[in-house]
Amino acid sequence: MFDGILSITIFLPVISAVIILFFLKNNNSIRYFANFTTGIVFILSLLMFLNYDTESSGFQMIDFFEAWIPFDYLRSSYIVGIDGLSAPLVLLTGILGFVSTLASFRVEKRVKEYHIWLLVLISSVFGVFVSLDLLLFFIFFEFELIPMYMLISIWGSGRPNYSAMKFVLFTLFGGALMLVAILSIYMSADVGTLIMVSIPELNIVGIPDLIQYSDLLVPASFIFLLFFIAFAIKLPSWPLHSWLPDAHTDAPTAVSVMLAGVLLKMAGYGLIRINIGFFQNTKGFTVYDVSIFISIIAAISVVYGGIITVRQTDMKRLIAFSSISHMGFVMLGVSAIGTSSSNTSIAGINGAALQMFTHGTITGLAFLMVGYTYERTHTRHIPHLGGLWHKIPLIAVFFFISGFASLGLPMLSGFVSEIMIFLSTFTIWPIATIISAFGVVLAAGYILWMIQRIFFGVKPPDEIFSDEIYNQIEDVKKIDLLPILLLTIPVFLVGIWPSFLTEIINLGVEGILR
Amino acid sequence: MNLNDLKLLSPEIFLSVSSIILLVLSLSKVDLKKIINLSIISLIISILLVCNLWFGWLFEPSSKNSLLGSFTSDNFSLFFKFIILLASLITIFGSFQYFVSEKTRNYFGEFISLIFLSIVGMMLLVSSTELITIYVSLELSALPIIVLLSIHRSKLGIESGIKFFILSAFSSAILLYGFIYLYGLTGSTNLLLIQESISKMSLTEGSTFIAHGLIISIVLIIAGFSFKMAIVPWQMWIPDVYQGAPTPIAAFLSVASKSSAFAVIIRLFYTSFSNEDLMLDWSLIFAVLAAITMTIGNLFALNQKNIKRLLGYSTIAQAGYILIGLAAIPDGNSINFSGIQGSMYYLAGYLFTNISIFIVITIIILRTKDQTIEGLSGFIKVSPVYSIILVVGLLSLIGMPPTVGFMSKVIIFGFSINSGYPWLALIGVINSVLAAFYYLRIIRFIVFEEPSKNKLVQSNLLRDNRAILVGVICSILVLLLGIIPFILLDMSKKAINFI
Repeated sequence: MFDGILSITIFLPVISAVIILFFLKNNNSIRYFANFTTGIVFILSLLMFLNYDTESSGFQMIDFFEAWIPFDYLRSSYIVGIDGLSAPLVLLTGILGFVSTLASFRVEKRVKEYHIWLLVLISSVFGVFVSLDLLLFFIFFEFELIPMYMLISIWGSGRPNYSAMKFVLFTLFGGALMLVAILSIYMSADVGTLIMVSIPELNIVGIPDLIQYSDLLVPASFIFLLFFIAFAIKLPSWPLHSWLPDAHTDAPTAVSVMLAGVLLKMAGYGLIRINIGFFQNTKGFTVYDVSIFISIIAAISVVYGGIITVRQTDMKRLIAFSSISHMGFVMLGVSAIGTSSSNTSIAGINGAALQMFTHGTITGLAFLMVGYTYERTHTRHIPHLGGLWHKIPLIAVFFFISGFASLGLPMLSGFVSEIMIFLSTFTIWPIATIISAFGVVLAAGYILWMIQRIFFGVKPPDEIFSDEIYNQIEDVKKIDLLPILLLTIPVFLVGIWPSFLTEIINLGVEGILR
Repeated sequence: MNLNDLKLLSPEIFLSVSSIILLVLSLSKVDLKKIINLSIISLIISILLVCNLWFGWLFEPSSKNSLLGSFTSDNFSLFFKFIILLASLITIFGSFQYFVSEKTRNYFGEFISLIFLSIVGMMLLVSSTELITIYVSLELSALPIIVLLSIHRSKLGIESGIKFFILSAFSSAILLYGFIYLYGLTGSTNLLLIQESISKMSLTEGSTFIAHGLIISIVLIIAGFSFKMAIVPWQMWIPDVYQGAPTPIAAFLSVASKSSAFAVIIRLFYTSFSNEDLMLDWSLIFAVLAAITMTIGNLFALNQKNIKRLLGYSTIAQAGYILIGLAAIPDGNSINFSGIQGSMYYLAGYLFTNISIFIVITIIILRTKDQTIEGLSGFIKVSPVYSIILVVGLLSLIGMPPTVGFMSKVIIFGFSINSGYPWLALIGVINSVLAAFYYLRIIRFIVFEEPSKNKLVQSNLLRDNRAILVGVICSILVLLLGIIPFILLDMSKKAINFI
């Protein structure tokens, strides 16, 4: 079975990276070509999202080559497809991929390599969301590290080598544990497949069905833990979050957008698809039993991330820490699995999946705005800034939009996903939910305080923020509005009309819960 | 010796003869370049002879065994002969610059004929099915290396030669001691006869003397071979010898010599000691040794500043991963031999990975005389092609997808979980994270650092087309075998039919 569109979308950026490597020399032509590619990828991902047939649900647009590795002891296949859970994430990757190349126009250092790595990164992220074979999933999950390492190290600021190495080692560690977990499932005689979903149309029985009540080589609880640690590192969740602020602070703008926007979502996706999808009825272990711990970790992440965020004085670091807090909501939504009422848990996990999408667009927008501000002021140190409102009104407006969406203002997208999560988890884990709700209050605090310090008030004296720079500041050009609007439209759209996403997500989540 | 023996031994005979011819030629006034090309051609011919024995193009030998059952030319040995010859071919082809340099040009004849003799020793080693033959060919493979290590008469070279000599003699003695035990207990030196004799012993009850004797002999044999395989705690010589050795010889040691030792230990243990109770015993020994070896190798590599020493420690760590495959005997009802398949796949992938790295390092050190990792700063600006070859090799050593290093790690760890050692897989993956740290550090110097104050810039690195050619081919194979692994896996599956 071969539909093609999905494979084309995955590999198009890599192919264009190869073309850039061998055929393009001129910096501008490289930039335009890269943007052209990601533009096509964005349109393709939008088409796939719109063409997803909500009547028939299940997995669609499947590309399937059964014998990728036809080895007796490692039978892996190339299988990609999207369901309701991955369709919004594919759209998100398409949007952010396009935004990230658009935001890279002013990169002047080693332009060719930069775009090659960025395109490779976009490809591998796509691969993670659509792979339905565990080994394939793992390959994309790990492969994304190479471009990230290069992008942060070469084009980063501050301590790029340190941050990039920290990021890679943390993620490699998680990936290593995940590899053991994958092999432990696969090597169990009762399972013996690597396909992570069941697809009735193709007569594929996947791990979620085979793993039920079957004997595993390693206790199921241990396998769950290995997966959970891997994804908790990537999410990132307290106490494994310490790579995130460094990586974000030192990464170039476009990479921060990708990192916060889609790379963190791999973890949320993995938690829902694997940790919930596989472990509902395994022998001697179910995810229901540990969901209380998940909710506790989520609550700590939300509040701890929020408190630390308040104290930050670097704009980018502030947004980075707020990501920890907001990704904590995803985990809180995941903990809604621990109830007998399936409607409640579906609502919670729907909220988590929606929160991934909304956080991707909101934080992408926030990082973009921080990047634009930094380009103009040459400092990200909040106390050194002030009174920028008059100079850059457009940036300020969109900065406000991202900030308000992030603190959960109704009519913007952050509100919808957070309220969905809170409403469902409150009936199951009231205390954790009440504690987490303080995260929203904290968010209002740090966001408003940051906006007030950067944009309002008066300009600091000359010796702190030089008049020369201040006077030269100009607002964004019209061309920069394209990436901004690409991110702002979904923020409003989801806030006003959430059902265009939740309908599809609901199909995916219902397929995962049994 | 009959015609069949000649057919089976054709690669070895051809290589020994050409070794002598090359030595004589180098004494005459034949152009050095011609001799080098001649040596490459003779290696290619012996590879073709090996392939001929596998596929049967020219002639089919009537029987796989010869020399009174002490020599066999089954697919397993042919697989390893292929690896050894290919490793030598790539190394010699890629080190052209090294051979024509001032240092080596005057004794290339000795150099090449000694390498050939050592190769012959290794080829006999992987084919031998009898204890005495194993011992003799082991010595034949080791003795020329001692000379090769100190061929430059530099202080470090002589030190590494003497170190290798003493330790190799010592380990041979231990190995012989183990063989003597085995001979005493079973009354035979032929591996198959030993297996028959062991299968008749009742090891579970009563006969504790024999059981203990067998365990002692197993331990001594493992100790003896571990020297060659670079298994902790017999790894001490590796970093010193690698540092002092001529770089092509280090490459040769790290792949060819190691593969031959792995081959012979696989054959010995999976034929002679294939009794089920015994298997569980030695597989645990291998598992523990593997865990220790990779951990020690990686820990010591973390802080190395000399690139050759670092690669030395890295080969120790890699030996640990390969050993996992030996330990992975699947338990349960059906004992099959998939674990070795993983090891063989790993070794074949390791060949391309490691030799591509060593070829580039050879050229750099030849030009700059600088063995530090800092010396590689900004190398990507000096030579992008060499840098890409290096980076691909290093990524494969880390085990990043989609390289062959990743696939071999997946397969090896899969087998170790399958055979009831999930803890070994866990130690293995954590080790690969540890290893990522120091490999990435090298990549950092190559790609990110500015080429300040380093000799690379001034040294105007010669574009060596031969080195680039083999380096690029190796890199492509590293990627290709990682994406489509089944070609090699099929080969290795055909190769393990000796049991």
